[in-house]
Amino acid sequence: MILPILLPWLMGAFALALGLNAWRLFRGPKLPDRILALDTLYINALALMLLVGLWQGSKFYFEVALLIGLLGFLGTVALAKFVLRGDIAE
Amino acid sequence: MNPALLQLPLWAEILAAALLVTGAGFALVGSWGLAKLGDFYKRLHGPSKATTLGVGCVLVASGLVFALIDKPSFHELLVLLFLFVTAPVSAHLLVKAALKHDPASRPKLPP
Repeated sequence: MILPILLPWLMGAFALALGLNAWRLFRGPKLPDRILALDTLYINALALMLLVGLWQGSKFYFEVALLIGLLGFLGTVALAKFVLRGDIAE
Repeated sequence: MNPALLQLPLWAEILAAALLVTGAGFALVGSWGLAKLGDFYKRLHGPSKATTLGVGCVLVASGLVFALIDKPSFHELLVLLFLFVTAPVSAHLLVKAALKHDPASRPKLPP
């Protein structure tokens, strides 16, 4: 009884968090702020994907979450390396 | 909506709801800190701690629910382990990148 009422509100909370991250992504004064906003955005999108998986009752969303985590971390590392060295693969 | 959610025992439902509310609260506070705080080094605190903890709570609740309505699996543990390993690494790399990008923004050492 609790979870079916609660889940839409929690999805709304994560959507609000995604909106705040997107605001920082567009606003961010410098490049590292934007990279940090992207990093937070993929983590919040991962949590939203898990909530959608709970709502639909499907376990395939765990694979989606794992893929988002892997590719998001690789993207953050690549962008940070680009700022650090001016090159990604040396 | 998933009809199997209605067949959960009450204790599992209360525990999962508490974990989910805690997780969503932490994620929201972390994102609010990212949007509100004034400096890059202050902004880094919110996402790197609060958001990781929030996603961890959501993952534990989701794993609990799926272990009860289906059989237990290691997927959520895998995601949790991966996130907890990679979050400090990416935060460290971001600080190094910010120091390289703008060396004048390095905060002063405490006296």
